[in-house]
Amino acid sequence: MIRILVNILRFVVLVAIQVFLLKNMVIYGLNVPYLYILFILLLPFETPNWLLFLLAFLIGISVDLFSDTLGLHATACVIMAFFRTVIIRVTVQEDNYDSDPEPTLGIMGFRWFFFYALILTLIHHFFLLNFEVFKFSEIPNILSRVLISSLFTLVLIFITELVFFRKKQRK
Amino acid sequence: MLNLWRFISKFNAFFFLIIYLVISITLLVKNNDFQRASVYNSSNEVIGSIYQKVNIINKYLNLSLVNDSLAKENAHLRNQLKSSFLDDSLITKTVDDTINKVKYQYILAEVVNKSITARNNYITINRGSKEGIKKGMGVIGPNGVVGIVWNVSENFSSIQSILHEDTRITSSIEGTPYFGPLIWEGKDPSLVTLTDIPNQLNLKPKAKVVTSGLGVIFPKGILIGTVEKAGVKGGGSFLDISVKLSTNFYALEYVYVIKNNFQTEQQDLELDNKESVND
Repeated sequence: MIRILVNILRFVVLVAIQVFLLKNMVIYGLNVPYLYILFILLLPFETPNWLLFLLAFLIGISVDLFSDTLGLHATACVIMAFFRTVIIRVTVQEDNYDSDPEPTLGIMGFRWFFFYALILTLIHHFFLLNFEVFKFSEIPNILSRVLISSLFTLVLIFITELVFFRKKQRK
Repeated sequence: MLNLWRFISKFNAFFFLIIYLVISITLLVKNNDFQRASVYNSSNEVIGSIYQKVNIINKYLNLSLVNDSLAKENAHLRNQLKSSFLDDSLITKTVDDTINKVKYQYILAEVVNKSITARNNYITINRGSKEGIKKGMGVIGPNGVVGIVWNVSENFSSIQSILHEDTRITSSIEGTPYFGPLIWEGKDPSLVTLTDIPNQLNLKPKAKVVTSGLGVIFPKGILIGTVEKAGVKGGGSFLDISVKLSTNFYALEYVYVIKNNFQTEQQDLELDNKESVND
């Protein structure tokens, strides 16, 4: 019950931070951090797939409504949710679900969380920025934006995770 | 049947991906086609009013920049006052002008939301159809051209800013007869490119780029920016001129919407031309 409330709160706070604050933070030209994807990263392991995709779609649409880009963030988030299921199925054993409810930095350790966040952030940003421009001719141009934005996002994700760090030993 | 069900539930993540991708890509493409004709954009009353509340904070943070530009504009207007000219005539007489009619009117509006960093940027203002704003009107700020009105609701309007793939504002270099469209390449929000200027033109650095007055949207001679550098693209006969925008979109708080009282008359006339040619 508490975990549901925490996730709802996280949803609202991350969307608010994204659309009112981070949207206006720019480095080197046009690179913006997209911290709200942390919500999808931190959903509990046992979230059923239908709920995972629904929540990914909802947070994408919420950000879209505030940035006049209906469907853009939703598309990227849904693709990212799919790759989340793939990565978790490949790297985490199912019998650990009971003791480790959430894929956070404190529970899963630095190395696992770093690769998990890195891969999903790159996937999200790649699809987001490409769908925004919708042209094959601009892909080389966009790759540099993907890299710098991802770096920016990852730094913010780790800062956020360290602020709310709770050490818990993996069994 | 049971096998089919087992297959679907085994690969359920993939099927969810397909379902939600179809929904979101449909939204994305539809939104591009109808160009925010849908109700879900930020001229939407609800989101517009939320932005207006948040904007109170931004307005406070930008006060010093806005003050600067207002002071500059005041000084500029003061220069045009009658009292700042030397009056050497003996008698001044006011004539009620019945021949010249007002062509352009300016409507003041406050910016309640803006995007700068996307490939296609929009600005939302707090004036709408109630104040007589219509799609296609020009918008300028205290320092120069801002964009063109794109979508209007009762109390809010969306402006397609210069920083948009599809915005083409016909502009010319001050003091020359040449004109061409202004294009944003999508890299730097302070630089745009002016194309179609013949390369025999001897361009001075820092020359002013202004609106050409062709078309019905902007009056002639409104500042857009200054020439940054010019180069010939691929040996062609036209220059690609890089223009530094005079409007700082980050500090934009107030804009003026330009109403052209003769817009429909001019457009109807030009439409007649096309019809007679096609007959």
